[in-house]
Amino acid sequence: MKPFDYLRAEGLDLASQQTAPDGAMAIAGGTNLLDLMKLQVESPDTLVDVNPLSMDQIADEGDGLRIGAQATNTATANHARVRSDYPVLAKAILAGATQQLRNKATTAGNLCQRTRCYYFTNIDQPCNKREPGSGCGAIDGIARLHAVLGTSSECIATYPGDMAVAMTALDAKVEIANGDGNSRTVPVRDFHRLPSDTPHIDNVLEPGEIITGVTLPAPVGGTQLYRKVRERSSYAFALCSVAAIVDMADGRISRADLAFGGLAHKPWHDPRIGELLVGEEPSLALYDKAADLLLEDAQGYGENDFKIPLARRALTATLCEATGVEA
Amino acid sequence: MSAHLKQDQPDDRNVLDSTAQGIIGEPLTRPDGLLKVTGTATYSAEYDIENCLEGVLVTAPFAKGTVTSIDESSVTDMPGVIAVISDQRMTPRAIQGTAGEAPITGVCKVDYWGQPIALVVAETFEEARNAAKHLVIEYDADDDAVFDPQAVEPKPDDDPTRQGDLASAMSDAAHSVDVEYDTEGHASAAMEPHAAIAEWDGDTLTVHASLQMLNYNISELADAMELEESKVRLIARYVGGGFGSKLGISQEIVAGSVAAMELGRPVRVVMSRQQVFQNVMRRSETTQRLRLAVDSEGKLTAFGHEALVSNLPEEDFVEPVLQSSHFLYAGENRLLESKTARIHLMTAGSVRAPGEAVGMPVLEAAMDELANEVGIDPIKLRLNNIPEEHPATGLPFGSHKLAECLKQGAKAFGWDSGPRKPRQNREGEWWIGTGMASAARVHNVGEAKARVTLQPDGTALIETDMTDIGTGTYTILGQIAGEMVGLPQDSVLTELGDTRFPRGPGSGGSWGAASAGSAVFLACEALREEIADKVGQPVDTLTFKDGVVSWDGGSSSLADVAGDEALAKEGHYEPGDIAEDYTAASFGAFFTEVAVNRWTGETRVRRMTGAFGFGRVLNAKTARSQCLGGMVWCIGSALTESLLFDPTDGHLANCDLAEYHVPVNRDVPELEVIMVEERDPVGSPIQAKGVGELGMCGGAGAIGNAIYNACGARLRSFPMTPDKVLAAMPDD
Ligand SMILES: Cc1cc2nc3c(=O)[nH]c(=O)nc-3n(C[C@H](O)[C@H](O)[C@H](O)COP(=O)(O)OP(=O)(O)OC[C@H]3O[C@@H](n4cnc5c(N)ncnc54)[C@H](O)[C@@H]3O)c2cc1C
Ligand code: SF4
Repeated sequence: MKPFDYLRAEGLDLASQQTAPDGAMAIAGGTNLLDLMKLQVESPDTLVDVNPLSMDQIADEGDGLRIGAQATNTATANHARVRSDYPVLAKAILAGATQQLRNKATTAGNLCQRTRCYYFTNIDQPCNKREPGSGCGAIDGIARLHAVLGTSSECIATYPGDMAVAMTALDAKVEIANGDGNSRTVPVRDFHRLPSDTPHIDNVLEPGEIITGVTLPAPVGGTQLYRKVRERSSYAFALCSVAAIVDMADGRISRADLAFGGLAHKPWHDPRIGELLVGEEPSLALYDKAADLLLEDAQGYGENDFKIPLARRALTATLCEATGVEA
Repeated sequence: MSAHLKQDQPDDRNVLDSTAQGIIGEPLTRPDGLLKVTGTATYSAEYDIENCLEGVLVTAPFAKGTVTSIDESSVTDMPGVIAVISDQRMTPRAIQGTAGEAPITGVCKVDYWGQPIALVVAETFEEARNAAKHLVIEYDADDDAVFDPQAVEPKPDDDPTRQGDLASAMSDAAHSVDVEYDTEGHASAAMEPHAAIAEWDGDTLTVHASLQMLNYNISELADAMELEESKVRLIARYVGGGFGSKLGISQEIVAGSVAAMELGRPVRVVMSRQQVFQNVMRRSETTQRLRLAVDSEGKLTAFGHEALVSNLPEEDFVEPVLQSSHFLYAGENRLLESKTARIHLMTAGSVRAPGEAVGMPVLEAAMDELANEVGIDPIKLRLNNIPEEHPATGLPFGSHKLAECLKQGAKAFGWDSGPRKPRQNREGEWWIGTGMASAARVHNVGEAKARVTLQPDGTALIETDMTDIGTGTYTILGQIAGEMVGLPQDSVLTELGDTRFPRGPGSGGSWGAASAGSAVFLACEALREEIADKVGQPVDTLTFKDGVVSWDGGSSSLADVAGDEALAKEGHYEPGDIAEDYTAASFGAFFTEVAVNRWTGETRVRRMTGAFGFGRVLNAKTARSQCLGGMVWCIGSALTESLLFDPTDGHLANCDLAEYHVPVNRDVPELEVIMVEERDPVGSPIQAKGVGELGMCGGAGAIGNAIYNACGARLRSFPMTPDKVLAAMPDD
């Protein structure tokens, strides 16, 4: 770990200025950043601790709900309105990490957590994400965890988290402050990027931008499921996950907001799937078509080829569960 | 005074059954338990030693070649840096168990990715770690390193068994299976990382280290450092798990010792989690071929088990995959042969239950396939084929509880011995199925010494350099002594893990309890003789209980007997010729129910029963815990654990506990342990055998068999991860 300066944020605008220079980073729970610093994967000169900004409130906002950037994953998952109105979010968070980690992990930190690619976390290996231009060790290596959608020849890493997958299905918005009292809002669906030829950039945050919260739209009801597939039943990242908000009216699907984890560099959302499903009677054949759409451009890299049939099956299973189709 | 026994004969006196204290076998709580759960037991790296420097190992970022230069000046000006050590006495590899001599030395020649090549020493850990990342090294990497054991010509290992004619027995048989399985590499994944603090006072080297076998380790370190053994002291009072990875000294101990001697200050070296994974020990991956055939009565006529394992060049250790296959089942036509491929992945060595951990699950999976072929209950197939004596050597068994374990386990589990067909039982999206397997593990003992002292206050003190690696040694040694001299648990103090004490066997190969326990037992027998002398009564008329020795018409407290002077006796136990006359092994059986998700192939173990016969149970709680731990390892090796090595440069990719998946709480259901009472007169003079590893010798096979029974996927590859299950699962 490289020596670094530690600043406690005193006001949002100041914190924004302090995190703007190259080599400065915000730290929240530290559960991801500190691990990476110990491995010298991240080597900031300055850490700006955003905890003093007290952005941990969870409060109603209109019919929706605003979750502060510093609300812990535990607080969010246990919040009464999250449990009753946005159960997919509570389920996704509780499917992640461990109780101890969730007690420290924050909304913003979770959104910004970095990939678990084995080559990214080993500084003696090539990795375009960690060191642009050094190559991608995973493409011809151990790619079991890696992406099958939206990959590039430069990087096949996944975004590893669960919370953001549920937020993607919910169409939540990320609130971002960028100093001088300005702020902007980005849909979670657009927050993470695909790797293309700049895999070192995970998301749309600009230097000096600070996440202040995430807002959830008014609740939509329906059946809300989060299915996370993994060999170990806890404390493991998803091989593939599905967040689903599905509603039925008159025997037909009236809502199908789906998002997928473990498949891409971002929580995956394909609006065509909802369009295909809505208005149709639930059936296995229909779900097969939905999976065809999802996986149309899927590409495996040997070790992770299994994710393609697995994603199909996970999607089918989730939709069957949500709509009561007996298979 | 010492009492010495070289065991050439069975001991069926069962002395511990006629003693009066009544604590042997009882589920007494560990005296060290509270310290451990309150974080007050001091582990090796935690000693607060004044003026201590911190060392961090620098490792090679290539698998094979030579380090040509280490540019010390690249870090010497960094804050806090004291020295860069790359002394040729340093060891590039952890040493195999019971080596007892200096390991391979010289760190310039690199044989595997992650090999330590230097130690950076600084005032603080953070400074040392940062400098270690900046040390500039130059090297010539060879491009001919091979990492795939299938890609080299393997060499046959010693002593294959060839009896009769396997090939014709296979072709003549009523039923047969000829199948190939593979298992992936495993890590010990002990909670406490490898760590040492070395101190040199100009004359003696004292090292606090996390080690399993101090008696051998002191010779290894003395030899490496070119010191007399009398000038070396090793201390390991608490060890946070070993599982084979701490049998021999590892790289941080030698590096820290060199640094301490050179710099004249104490030096602490703690391996990072990644370093522990990348450069201590792996269990070899295996490829195994099983050829089994039965006649129309269900009696085995052919038994073939072949294995391919791997190791680095120059390593003697071979994963002994076939160890229990030699004697578990009958069958007159036999072929057992193993081969080793030399490749450049880190040292392959002992990981809990070397051999049986991977050999037994595969044998037991093949037996399941055979039972399926024949159409008989898999328990019956096993009962049909329990040999009377060792099938190759003809030696009788000291005792043998496989049949009882199979029967008692089946009963407790509620095994349905009706016809077995896969895919019969579904609950929602989960296929439910059951499976079983036998357990077997060879029994070993080692030379052991221990001193037992009756103190003037009537309490007893046990001293030996034996270790307690979390197994309960502190507890059981105290129990044996308490039982023998008639003292309750809290009147016996056990001191372990210091080479100043009489030398024990160390913990490994499940031999600690029987070996060290026998040394304590012998010392106590001698003490009882002396007490008998003092009270002037024949020893066999005495009753020892609650600190009082009594006889017909009289009694005396032990404190009075001891008088002003402590009575000390040393017990010395040695394995004798008995192994030439008998076969000693522990046996058992596993039964499990699993659920396999029809959509995702995820497998969850729903319940598991293990029945085990391992000689005398010294403490029902610590023995049960060993069995439980073993069964948890079965779940890991069946479903999740696998070392992933990069095919291009041979580095270990999943090198922490987040990515090397040992089972977590949620993976482990209610486990039931049945301990089948047994006295094995061959096992040891206390009639105990090994139990530390038995619980993981076969159970992964039971889980695999249950997966087949649940969903019809017959996998021939461990671990059975969802991707493999899905690929093998028949379509709905
Ligand atoms: C062993 C292990 C297992 C895990 N398993 C899972 C899992 O199964 N599923 C899952 O989803 N997650 C899992 N996690 C990841 C965990 O959820 C994240 O580590 C956590 O959410 C990060 O939050 P934090 O507050 O600790 O972030 P930090 O580590 O403090 O920061 C992470 C990143 O966020 C940035 N950041 C923090 N706050 C802000 C802000 N306000 N504005 C802008 N940037 C900010 C930091 O600069 C940093 O880059 C696991 C982690 C571990 C260690
Ligand atoms: S997949 Fe991405 S993160 Fe992984 S090695 Fe390649 S570039 Fe790096």
